Parts: sequence; structure tokens; C-alpha cells
Amino acid sequence: MSVVDMRLARKPADYKSDIKPVWCPGCGDYHVLLSFTRAFAELGVPPENIVVVSGIGCSSRIPAYTNCYGFHGVHGRSLALAAGLKVMRPELKVVVASGDGDGYSIGGNHFLHACRRNIDMTYVVMDNHIYGMTKGQPSPTTEPEFDTALSPGGTGLRPFHPLVIALASGANFVARCFSGEPNETASILVEAINHPGFSFIEILSPCVTFRPDEREWKNLVHPASVATTNDPAKAARRLMTDDGFNTGILYRGERKPYQPPVGRPQVDVSELERDFEL
Amino acid sequence: MLAPTKEARMRHRQSVSVAIVGSGGAGALTAGNFLLEAASAAGWQGLISRTVGPQIRGGEAAALVRLSTRAVECMPERFDILIGLDWANAHRFGAEIEIGPESLVISDPRGGEPPPVVATAGARVVEIPMKDMAKAIPEGRPNMIALGIAGHLVGLGADTWLALLEKRLADKGADAVEASWAAIEAGYHAAMSCDAGGESRTGLGRNLATPKRSAARRWLISGNEAAALGAIRGGVRFAAAYPITPATELLEWLAPNLAKVGGALLQAEDELAAINMTIGASFGGAPALTATSGPGLSLMIEALGLATAAEIPVVVIDVMRGGPSTGIPTKSEQADLNIAIYGCHGDAPHLVVAPQSIGDCLFTTQWATYLAETLQSPAIVLSDQFMGQARASIERPADVTFIGQRLQATDTGEAYMRYAIAAGGVSPMALPGMPGRQYTADGLTHTVHGTPTSNERDHNMQLDKRRDKLTQFNYGDHWATHQGDGDIAVVTWGSLTGTAREAIGRAANDGVEATLLALRLLYPAQPERLVAALDGKKRILVVEQSHGAQFYRYLRAYYDLPGEVRVLNRAGPLPIRAAEIHRAIMEWR
Ligand SMILES: Cc1ncc(C[n+]2csc(CCOP(=O)(O)OP(=O)(O)O)c2C)c(N)n1
Ligand code: SF4
Ligand SMILES: [Mg+2]
Repeated sequence: MSVVDMRLARKPADYKSDIKPVWCPGCGDYHVLLSFTRAFAELGVPPENIVVVSGIGCSSRIPAYTNCYGFHGVHGRSLALAAGLKVMRPELKVVVASGDGDGYSIGGNHFLHACRRNIDMTYVVMDNHIYGMTKGQPSPTTEPEFDTALSPGGTGLRPFHPLVIALASGANFVARCFSGEPNETASILVEAINHPGFSFIEILSPCVTFRPDEREWKNLVHPASVATTNDPAKAARRLMTDDGFNTGILYRGERKPYQPPVGRPQVDVSELERDFEL
Repeated sequence: MLAPTKEARMRHRQSVSVAIVGSGGAGALTAGNFLLEAASAAGWQGLISRTVGPQIRGGEAAALVRLSTRAVECMPERFDILIGLDWANAHRFGAEIEIGPESLVISDPRGGEPPPVVATAGARVVEIPMKDMAKAIPEGRPNMIALGIAGHLVGLGADTWLALLEKRLADKGADAVEASWAAIEAGYHAAMSCDAGGESRTGLGRNLATPKRSAARRWLISGNEAAALGAIRGGVRFAAAYPITPATELLEWLAPNLAKVGGALLQAEDELAAINMTIGASFGGAPALTATSGPGLSLMIEALGLATAAEIPVVVIDVMRGGPSTGIPTKSEQADLNIAIYGCHGDAPHLVVAPQSIGDCLFTTQWATYLAETLQSPAIVLSDQFMGQARASIERPADVTFIGQRLQATDTGEAYMRYAIAAGGVSPMALPGMPGRQYTADGLTHTVHGTPTSNERDHNMQLDKRRDKLTQFNYGDHWATHQGDGDIAVVTWGSLTGTAREAIGRAANDGVEATLLALRLLYPAQPERLVAALDGKKRILVVEQSHGAQFYRYLRAYYDLPGEVRVLNRAGPLPIRAAEIHRAIMEWR
């Protein structure tokens, strides 16, 4: 008897919805969507067993463009929402999608604690170094000299380093990708989703409308010249000193994911009142 | 006002009350808890509320205990017995512990001067050297002497104690039991000195009818615990927690108990995370809860709008404390009504309910869970510090059958529309894992499929749907407690229900009948039911613990109140007393 591997039957198109994205032509996020569907097809997980959770922003529009279950929540809180979901439904694959404003600014605190909590999920930030949806304000990763209406002459503030922060906060998998390389991004997504614990992928995804200069990114990115490490100190030093365009899996940790044992009652609800009986 | 006769006063003595005060760490709260537990074991019902200063340790602490042969739902306006282990900071309790000329004050000569109110009240003071007596007993503690004194004064048999001490001090060993027992006995002997002069000032408990041993099982429980138990009974299996006074104990009770029934509690990094975790768990199919107080509810409001729009059931318990801002964290108030009903931006109708007593925290939270799940809506449960942190001995509440049952999608049939306009407004909800039913839950205005839109027709259709599912539901008789049939009606809510009930009982003793109408369902409003309940009433007395008369304004917004309306309202921390409501009833004629 031959065993048919049903997974081979899955195609990226099975993971795409028929809703037309609101993104500007040329936006990097189209390619992120492409890598999502490719990665899901390669994983072979049925679309109903994947949940894509997001906040608010152009990037956060992605859930409805997939054919998976989705949650498009409020600005900045997707990681918290995903934590409640995953803890109670550990058998699902949970992918959280965010932007640099959503994930690093309004949602910054949740980012730290999600890394630290290390629940088994994958966090993808589509970083365009700008608030796209609100039409071009500086985000925590915008360069100090970048001029905007809200920050004439630039913010003068040092951008922060999401990958190092993720590492310091306890993320179990840290990678950087470029949206313009959907094949590489898809295969890193597959590894991230399969890796136990909290996986963080920063995807450089140009905003062609408010950051036309980011079209240059395709010429700047290059694969990391070093192999993935499981030593956080080594990974941090490399990240602190690289040029910000190093792509690949930069850290792969071995921390055990956090998952309380749900769904296995030890007592009947009727027994709880014993605490109160005189 | 009628002057009550001596007989009337005796008839009113349905309860005896004891306040034990001391510096933090002196053990006043332990003594109070033991007193309530022993009295409960002897068949009484009772209530303990603790009052502490804002300090975490040290400072002052008082245990306020009221015992009765019937259910006790509020504190008396005057305490029969006040025991001061020391008087270091007793003046800070101010009007919270009132005494009168008939009160008996026990003072330790080494505990400092009793506060001036003792002299002003004209109370009788008996000095008992509790500290010295405790010193004479190896390991003896003054609070156990005080407990013995209280035990004698309320008329508890000395035989009540040993079993209790063995149970409560099991982990401290036989010596601790021995020492406490010796101290309690010494307290009993010392208290006999108070009997000099006879009179019914002592043995106060003996004026109460001997409690009947009822067949019903008895519980000793706080409102916070009762709410948590009600939530689990209603089906809650997930909670997210960020600590805040006075809701923390609720979450602390849930942590181990959710685990026992196969659920989980996550400690969130803040309330923004807590509410969103709750929404995520519920989206996955687990009935979910978070508990907080005013400042936390403020942080949760945006996501409550999301849960309303995306139609995700969640239960949020707000154990109200004094506000605004950090306010008075350790004291009760009913001033979160406005934010609970109107806090969300946009038109965001959601359920708001309020328990009416410690025992009712169980029922109301269980009901709220059931309603939230049935109507796919957030439900805010407005408890308060008084109910939440007070502990009562009560008869075991009757079992109720409300268990959350969400209308779920099936995986057969035509194309799935998550937000289809269905009769009653509730549309079947798919859960992740169900094939062919994938949808994206969204806070953006959406079509019946869940797809974002800014079309006015879709917007109005979904607004109508979410309104109608709440307003068309039949909430039955649980919407309010309605008792009596006088043409004056006391309309109130929350923990003031018991206070109002007691006031109405006193008015009945004085020959005046009054109606009690206490609302449990605050949103959606039930205008037809209220009109029926208040039909023909000539005087409406609205009673609430809020400075801005929020409940009165809410009533005016949703209901046509008949007759003349008066409001008895006050901010916390001083609770509205039964005597004040009683007086307002009697004087309004
Ligand atoms: C509470 C709240 N504050 C502000 C906004 C407005 N807002 C929408 S998206 C956004 C920034 C999004 O930036 P980013 O996450 O980088 O996403 P991008 O559009 O660049 O993909 C802001 C500030 C909002 N929706 N909610
Ligand atoms: S504004 Fe920028 S980020 Fe948003 S869709 Fe357009 S190109 Fe993409
Ligand atoms: Mg951005």
C-alpha cells in the first residue's frame, strides 16, 4: 500500500484569499504575502489550522489576504491576543504580523514580554522604517535625519535595534529577511514556524510611497556571511556591528517554549466549592 | 422622626457587631476572621470586612465583624463592641467605625489613649491589659486575648474554639494551638469583668435568638472568590491577569483553580495585554475573563470596542474602588458606571451587569459568562471593593444552570458568512481548526463576510445587528431584584442592595412599607420591565455611592420614572448606611 503525502497536494494559491489588497502598487508587503503563502504550502498545514494575527497598519492588513483564520485587532496588541489564543489552542500554528510602528512603538512593551514569555509562535515585522498607513511619520526605526511633516529636519533620534532587543528579551529564533526575496523569506518562515518557542523575523519591506529611497534596499541586502549561532552573546555582537542589511537566520536558541497544560482537568468543577465549605 | 421604643430597639437587635483595631501586624484581622469562622460554625451568619490604610505593611488595620441569625449584607452604623489592641492610628478610621453611648470599648492601658470619639460618644470603657496577659502565656498573643474577650461578649460558647484553632493553626504546630487556646481562655475570664453592673451591654449575642442549625450547607466566601467560582461554573477556562487592588485576590484564586479544571491563567504585562489575551483565547473558543479595577478598565476600553465590533465574547470584572485616577484604592465606590456603559468610542453596545451581594457575585458572574457567550458580546461585571474583599458566612447559593453555550458554525452547508444578519442578531461563530469556515475577525467595519468596508449600508446593518442581539434577548426576571409593594420605591444597585433591604426592613417595623428595586442588568436597559415594576409608585428614592449621581443620570436617560424622585448619593469611602436610607424613607411622607 502506498502512502500518499497529502501535503504535496497543497499549493500557495490554496492559502490566498480572493480579497484584493489595498496596498500601493510596488509595496514590499505584496512579496511578504507571497512568502507567507509559499511557506504555508511548503509546511503543508491545512489553512484552517493556521491563524494570522495582526494589529493596525498597511502591513497589518495581511491576515484577510490569506485564506487562513485571521484576527485584525487593535493597534499594537497583536502579540497579546495571539498569546491568549495559542495557550488555549496549542495545536494551531500562530503567525503574528506587524509593522515597525505597530510592533516597536505602540506595541513595544508587548514585544519585550512576548520574547520573554517564549510561547510557540512566529512574529513577523514588516519594517519599512515609517508609518505607512498614517502617511509618513517617523517610526522607532526611522533614520534620525529623515525629514517628515511631523519631524521637520528629522527626529535626531537614534533608531532602535529590534533584533538585539529580541535577543536580549529572550526570543528563541531571530532572523532578518528582505521582502524582495520571497523564496528565501518563505524558507526562513518555514524554519521559524517549525522552531519551538518565540521566533522573530524582521522583514525589510519597502514603502514605495513614503520612502521611495527604500527601492535601493534590493542593492544593499546580502546574506549573512556567518553561520547561524545558538550563542546569544555572539549573535548580539554580530548584530550590533553589522550594516543592518545582513539577511538570514541569525540566532537559533534552545529554550523550551512556555505552554501550560490545558484541556486536562484534574478535578470536576463541582469540587472547587470545597474551599469555602465550613 | 419616630423615636424607637426600647422594645423596638430590642426587636432590631438582630445582629451584634464587633470592631477589632490595632497597628498593622497586631493581628486584628486574624482575630476578626477567627471570630467570624467560630460564630459561623456555631450557626450564625456574618460578615467581615477589613479596613486598612494605604500602607502595604504596618499602618493600621481593623476587622469589622457583624453577626446575626440571618443573612448579613452590610455593616452597622454603630458598633456594639470596639476592642483596641492599641490605639496608635485608630483615629484614621474616622467615621468608618462609629460607636455610640451603648457601645462597649475594651482598651489596653498600655495601648495608648483611645481616640477622642470614644469620649464624645459616651461609650463605656473597660480596661483589660491584653498585652500583659499575653506575656504571661508562653507564645501568647494579645489578639487571641481580644478574641476570647469578643467570644465571651457575643455569647459564643468557649467550646467553639479548639476545633477551629486545630484547623487554622495546623501548620504552626501543637504549641501554637495550645498558646492561642490559653490566650482565648484568659480573654473569656477577663471579659467577665465587663459583666459587672449587669445590663445587656455584655453577652450581647445572648440577646440574639439562638441560631438554628440549618440543614443547608454553609460557606465562608468573599465576593471576589464567589465571582471567580461563578465564572468557572459558567464555563470560563482562561484568564489574563494584571494585579490591582481590590481585584487581585480574584485572580489569585483563579490561578490554581483554573489549572485544576484544565484551563490557564496568563500574567499579562499590563491591562492592554490582559484584555487582548482574553479576546485571543475566546476567539480560539475558550470562554475567557479578566478582572481589574477602574484604572485597568480604562486601559481595556479600546479593546472592548474591538470585542464588541468583532463579536467576541469576553467577561471583564471591574471590582470598583474610589476614583478618578488612583483615587482611594482600598475603598469602595460605584463610580465606574459611566465608563462601563459609555466608555467605548463609537456606538458600542455591550452587556453591563452588577452583583448585589457577596453570594450574588457567584450568580451574576456565572450569568454574565452565559450572556457573553450566548450573545457574543463583552460583558462587564461591576463588583466593588466592599463586596469583593468582604467575607461572609452564607447559605450555599442554589445551583444555577447557566453555562456559556456559543452558537458555533457547522462545517456543512453553503458559503460561510461570519456576520450574517440572522434572526436575533447572533450569527454562528467558526473556531480556528474548522475547515472551510476561515474568516478574519476585524475591528474595521465589515460586511457579512467580515471583509472590511466603509459602505454606509454595511456599517448600519452591523450596528443594527449588534444592538438588536442585545435588546431583543429575553433576560427574564434576573434583570433586577424586586421586593415589596409600598408606594415609595428605593431604586439602587450593586452592594447597596443589601443596605437598602435592611433599611426597608426597619421601615416595615415602623409601619411603613417600601419597595426595593435593585438593578442587576444595567445594559441593555429594560424600560418596559422598569415601568411595570414602578407602576403607581409615588416616590422614588435613588440610592448610590457616586459623587456625580451617575446611576440617577443613567436612570433618567433610559427610564421614565414615575412620581417624585429624590437621590441619596455620596462618594466613597464612607458607605451609605441603612440608617440613612431608613431616615430618608421615614422623613419623606
Ligand atoms: C490607538 C491608535 N492610535 C493610532 C492609530 C493610527 N495608526 C494607524 S496605523 C499607524 C502606524 C502604522 O505604522 P506601521 O506599524 O509601521 O505600519 P505600516 O503602515 O508602515 O505598514 C497608526 C499610528 C490607530 N489606528 N490606533
Ligand atoms: S503606504 Fe507604503 S507601506 Fe502602505 S501600502 Fe503604500 S507602499 Fe505599502
Ligand atoms: Mg511601517
